[in-house]
Amino acid sequence: MARYIMTVDLRRCIGCQTCTAACRHANATPPGVQWRKVLDIESGEFPDVRRSFVPVGCMHCGDPPCMHVCPSTATYQRADGLVGINYELCIGCGYCAVACPYQARYIVHKREFAYGDRPTEQEEARFDPNRMSVANKCTFCSDRVDLAKEKGLTPGVDPEVTPACVNSCIAGVLAFGDREDPNSNVSQLLAENQFFRMHEELGTDPGMYYIFDTK
Amino acid sequence: MSDIKIPPGRVTPWHQTNWDWRAAGNFIGGGTGTGLLFFSTLAAGSADSYRIMALIALAFIGGGLTCVWLEIGKPFRAINVFFHPHTSWMTREGMVAVPVFLCGLAAAWFGGGIFVGMAALLGIVFLYCQGRILQASKGIPAWREPKIVPLILSTGFVEGAGLAAVLSAVLPGEGPRWLAGVLLGALILRRIAWTMYFKAVEQSGLPKKAMDVLRPFGAKFEMLGQLAPEILIVAGIFYGAVLPGLTLVAGLVAAASGWWLKYTIVARAAYNQGYALPVLPVRGQGEVKPGIKPGWTK
Ligand code: SF4
Ligand code: SF4
Repeated sequence: MARYIMTVDLRRCIGCQTCTAACRHANATPPGVQWRKVLDIESGEFPDVRRSFVPVGCMHCGDPPCMHVCPSTATYQRADGLVGINYELCIGCGYCAVACPYQARYIVHKREFAYGDRPTEQEEARFDPNRMSVANKCTFCSDRVDLAKEKGLTPGVDPEVTPACVNSCIAGVLAFGDREDPNSNVSQLLAENQFFRMHEELGTDPGMYYIFDTK
Repeated sequence: MSDIKIPPGRVTPWHQTNWDWRAAGNFIGGGTGTGLLFFSTLAAGSADSYRIMALIALAFIGGGLTCVWLEIGKPFRAINVFFHPHTSWMTREGMVAVPVFLCGLAAAWFGGGIFVGMAALLGIVFLYCQGRILQASKGIPAWREPKIVPLILSTGFVEGAGLAAVLSAVLPGEGPRWLAGVLLGALILRRIAWTMYFKAVEQSGLPKKAMDVLRPFGAKFEMLGQLAPEILIVAGIFYGAVLPGLTLVAGLVAAASGWWLKYTIVARAAYNQGYALPVLPVRGQGEVKPGIKPGWTK
């Protein structure tokens, strides 16, 4: 069975936030909600300083604490590893949000707009009342991934069935694919490079792999 | 519940905004209510006193659960809370709450009998679920420490025994004289649990801001929440005849210190994990450098 993951080549990211904008466009997230965001981290002391740009979001954990704690079974894990939320079942208790060590979950109770107190045409058209007062987070664009079988396409290779953030990245930082397939783009990248996963010590088996150097 | 706004670009741990004082209210009400349900079996001087104590205990548990209900985003779907007993301690807490109320009400109705013991024991199971709810919150380092479970259990005992001591002093029928000793035992248990919890989080590391809450709190708590009621109880044992209210005051202080402890851990020390890099990546001509974990004590 597939296990879809994302690789993030930290050597390449320039912090342009195009992925953030693409995600907001694709998923119509409201102001203040960023399913995909890019951290801008300054570290070290002059003259030895570093700036790292680190895309983060839901890691689609292999052993997701958010799912284990969810009392309503709204949070679920698919056979291909993607972690989703059933908005019809969710009670908005926020337990998943305190269980997630990646700060990936949002609950919005009040409609807010990008400009003033009225929605833009786009915001009105894309508004989904089912997403109010329930948990939401990055889906790895599961709606696109789901089209792969029917269209005979490969997620991570064909843009139509690949997450929007990956498609949009101007620097080739993000890649998406099946970790279980040794020939997939992500498996190849991981075979050739050194990588880490964030907060791996917490036992969540996160599905975002950060590449930091060649082997 | 307030809207979750994750500050863009924020790297160091920040205070979670999902669970506020209402969540703390559930842990306070649940601990006090289940503790009282347990100790009222020992403390009540008469069947009528037991009835009153049991009903107060249920009111505390019910009040706590109402706080949770007020906090959830979809209160009219609350029934869905029962859907995941396989792994969710919140579901398990909800499932145990039902027989706690049924047995508690039956015990209050009959003023004795088998329901009294059943309600007391189920109450302890409910309290245990509350401890595990916090432990399973992997995103909040001050909660996920496993030693939080004995801390929540012993705090529930202190709250319950403290309130039982107060009620047995004011309700009809004389409660047992050794109740003060039981309260002292619960306080000693909580002292051990707190020390173990604090040592564990010091050792494993916490977000600095969480430690900035817990360290000064701990110093005050050990004096006002532990030592003060312990001294009052010992004084009550020796001077109770001249100052009969000593155990009552000790009970009040003990219960209130439990509420203080839970409010501090649940509502104030709830900083999240933040982000960390085990190594700094190669960029341009640079080399891989040791990683960073901003905003942590370790
Ligand atoms: S990153 Fe958080 S929300 Fe996503 S699967 Fe892991 S625990 Fe769940
Ligand atoms: S907020 Fe929804 S998805 Fe999250 S734990 Fe509660 S019921 Fe589950």
